[in-house]
Amino acid sequence: MPKKYHITPKAIAPRFIPVGRSGIIDWEEDCLKCTTCVKKRCLYDVYKSRSYDSSTMADSIDFQCKNCFSCIQNCPRGVLSKTINPEFLKMGDDYWKPEILLTTWFQAETGRIPVSGAGYRGPFSGPGFDSMWTDMSEIVRPTRDGIHGREYISTGIDIGRKIGRLELDETGLTLLNDIPQLVEIPVPVVFNVLPFGKLGKNVTLAMAEAAKRIGTMVYITKADYDSSLEHYKAHLIPLLATSDADPSAKIIENARMVELLYSEDAMDCAKRLKEAHPQMVVSIRVPMDAQAKAITTRLAHAGAEAIHLHADYKGNELEGDKPRFVKDVMRDIHLHLVAESIRDEVTLIVSGGIAMAEHLPKAIICGADGAAIDLPLLISLECRMCKRCTQGKSCPVEIDKMDPEFGAQRIVNLMSAWWSQLIEVMGAMGIRDVRRVRGEAGRAMFFEDLERETFGAMFGKK
Amino acid sequence: MELEITRTPSRFRHAIGKYKVLRGPQCKNCSTCTVSCPHGVHFKAGTWVSSTPRDYLCIGADACREKACFCVDKCPQKAITVAPNPMVKALGDYRWTAELLMSTWYQAETGDLPYVGMEYCVGNSGGGFDKLRFKFPEKPPVEVADDEVDTSIELNKRGDAAHKITISLPFYQGGMSFGSVSNNTMVSRAKAAKLWGTFGCTGEGGYPEFLYPFDDNMITQVATGLFGVREETVQRVKIIEFKYAQGAKPGLGGHLLGDKVTEAVARMREAVKGSSLFSPFPFHSVYSVEDHKKHVDWIKAMNPKALVSVKVSTPADVDMVAIGSYYAGAHIVHLDGSYGGTGAAPDIAKKNIAMPIEYAIGKVHRFLVEEGVRDKVTLIASGGIRTAHDVLKAIALGADGIVEGTAGMVALECTRCSSCESGRGCPRGIATTDPELAGLIEVDWGTQRVYNLYASWRKEIVRVLKRFGMRSIRELVGRTDCLCHLDYE
Repeated sequence: MPKKYHITPKAIAPRFIPVGRSGIIDWEEDCLKCTTCVKKRCLYDVYKSRSYDSSTMADSIDFQCKNCFSCIQNCPRGVLSKTINPEFLKMGDDYWKPEILLTTWFQAETGRIPVSGAGYRGPFSGPGFDSMWTDMSEIVRPTRDGIHGREYISTGIDIGRKIGRLELDETGLTLLNDIPQLVEIPVPVVFNVLPFGKLGKNVTLAMAEAAKRIGTMVYITKADYDSSLEHYKAHLIPLLATSDADPSAKIIENARMVELLYSEDAMDCAKRLKEAHPQMVVSIRVPMDAQAKAITTRLAHAGAEAIHLHADYKGNELEGDKPRFVKDVMRDIHLHLVAESIRDEVTLIVSGGIAMAEHLPKAIICGADGAAIDLPLLISLECRMCKRCTQGKSCPVEIDKMDPEFGAQRIVNLMSAWWSQLIEVMGAMGIRDVRRVRGEAGRAMFFEDLERETFGAMFGKK
Repeated sequence: MELEITRTPSRFRHAIGKYKVLRGPQCKNCSTCTVSCPHGVHFKAGTWVSSTPRDYLCIGADACREKACFCVDKCPQKAITVAPNPMVKALGDYRWTAELLMSTWYQAETGDLPYVGMEYCVGNSGGGFDKLRFKFPEKPPVEVADDEVDTSIELNKRGDAAHKITISLPFYQGGMSFGSVSNNTMVSRAKAAKLWGTFGCTGEGGYPEFLYPFDDNMITQVATGLFGVREETVQRVKIIEFKYAQGAKPGLGGHLLGDKVTEAVARMREAVKGSSLFSPFPFHSVYSVEDHKKHVDWIKAMNPKALVSVKVSTPADVDMVAIGSYYAGAHIVHLDGSYGGTGAAPDIAKKNIAMPIEYAIGKVHRFLVEEGVRDKVTLIASGGIRTAHDVLKAIALGADGIVEGTAGMVALECTRCSSCESGRGCPRGIATTDPELAGLIEVDWGTQRVYNLYASWRKEIVRVLKRFGMRSIRELVGRTDCLCHLDYE
């Protein structure tokens, strides 16, 4: 039996004090100087280990306080109080919410699944991926127990063209098909080109090193490629415009997979590359706009091996007055390819808006084979999504000065946590192979359907 | 045992309120405010007016300004300031908003509803219970007196030879294992359950001796780890609960960290001190309804009169699970929705796996009616039921009753900080086995707080039923016509 795949995390502390959700306000002037100060009795020792960072004006208490309110409620004079940290609320945007940054930082630091007590704290449902729930099994169907290692759950996928059936000659002994080349990766994730925040070589190196350690791949543009990445060749996916896709280019040499930016001649270009490098898988990157479905269908019929559909960084369609969310577009395109009887032949990668661990199985349920992720990698490097770098301003957490080893470990940790959570979700569904999760919309519950079936039946129209 | 509603304030020096009342150094100790405030905000500590008013009782400047008792205006020295409390923003979340926490604390203190202006019915989650409202008739179709309203429910509707059990409230308590909450918390809850003629639950961690006095009001769990399940414990009780899944971590097993497996916990669970304990998921002996029936038969052989409850989570085919459980011999089908509480669960599971209880109740109720067995089974719902109004809404959607868990913890002053598992355990002394922390709760105090909360819930249930002209909570089951949803016409 082959060795079980595993990602090993290693705890690695952040370089800067992270931004916390709430802050303690401590009015010294009315203090009684009690000998048994409530601060000494803090269960988490946040007062004892308190530190300040002058460069970011951060107080460690804002991040470490667990919000139990005990010191505040017990201080004899009531000189302690607590409030929400305005810096926290300012982080990110309407999609990349501060809570997403906080949970990503935790996972990048520890490599662990975020666990908490008490019930769920968030909204009932929400836009995008928050309007679907994944299924679980009990009594009438067994679940799988993968997380504690007792049952093997495979998270590997194959990227490339698959053949619909085997054809044999009349003797029945000789295979007539050419078996196409596939790239197998042990997790259904590749690392995308960052939409912003690519602050220097170290970020690229950290991503490449992390991809190598967990056995996946990272996209690399022509501009970012140099000899220092030679070492990571098996883990790079050169991303090229068709006009740059010269079969003899150095960047393509020995690559397992190449991706072409879609243009009219993309399929011809893919065929040219394939002739020169038959062992290589050629993928085509198609923008998720109004034409995406037609283009994907045409490419799939024309023999494309893999198609990468990319939405914007918030997971929305790239054009249109009312852009749909990536999950809805993905379902639409997936089902269309199913109807065209071509879905099983082609590999679909999706990117844009994949922000949390749960988005990965959800995107796959909606019809993708795997996902390309970008900003979560940057956030694991302590990015606060302030987007100052997009205006050419300095990075508050100095990602440009980061040690690539630090960055690689943080990304590996994040992926370790995501991988464990993928197994949790699949285990609950009772599915042992992530390839079988693809398009399994029957094992998910969508907000609109549940509303219609329950409240719609009771209360009529919305 | 008997108990009455007795005012039981916070264990902490400062209870948290919606408003902050500050008294400046100008105060001349004239006592005008202590005399005029009808809410008891200002009070005298000995001869002096207390410098830290009980501001959690303050109803706010806007509600008070027009009245003659408004302390800010009354104070001859202009020493008093009343303002919204900025700390409220750091408290609570979408489901349990700061106001829901504070109003639950208030109910646990007084046994009554909070003042007008403090939300005690709905949270801010933007869906499910928080979007459902009652459609009250303009006036009740029949006048019903308070003491004519029956809030009791039957737990055995099969009419078989098992115990006939009626509980006086349409809810009982959720399982919390020995070791997951402090002994004082367990006893407080058990006492309150007994006083009210309802049930507590041991959870899956065994049946500690200090719960023996409550045998007749106790449910014991048979969960996947079979920890602490013995013939003797099964025979002790009137209701046995099979825990197939837990709403907060549907499809996932449990993991008790080695540090938490103390000498006592290990003895109770028949395990070794300091070794991590896994509750697997699922029962590896149950892969079908037939297997499940074998489990039920096994219990019935040991304790023929016991009622069998089947606690399941809410997958897409929850209706099939429910009907299967019924045909295997269950008296109670207990649906635990995905937003329910827990000592520790992966955030990804709490948020994403399985459907919210609001959908599952309607789906299962309708299916059981169609199958013609609805009146033979008691349908119990849990997982995100926070208030008396949630209880009523769950029943109107189709449940017979509900299981209370987190609300009782909040009555004991849980702030829902979510750190039940970190370090020494709960900083509020609830979910901990640390002797020092567990000592933060006294049994009498805890019993009274939970008792008061139930009293307040019952009063509100009676009030709502009266407005519908109903004499019994049983009349409300499945009456979706009593509800409306803010998103629907």
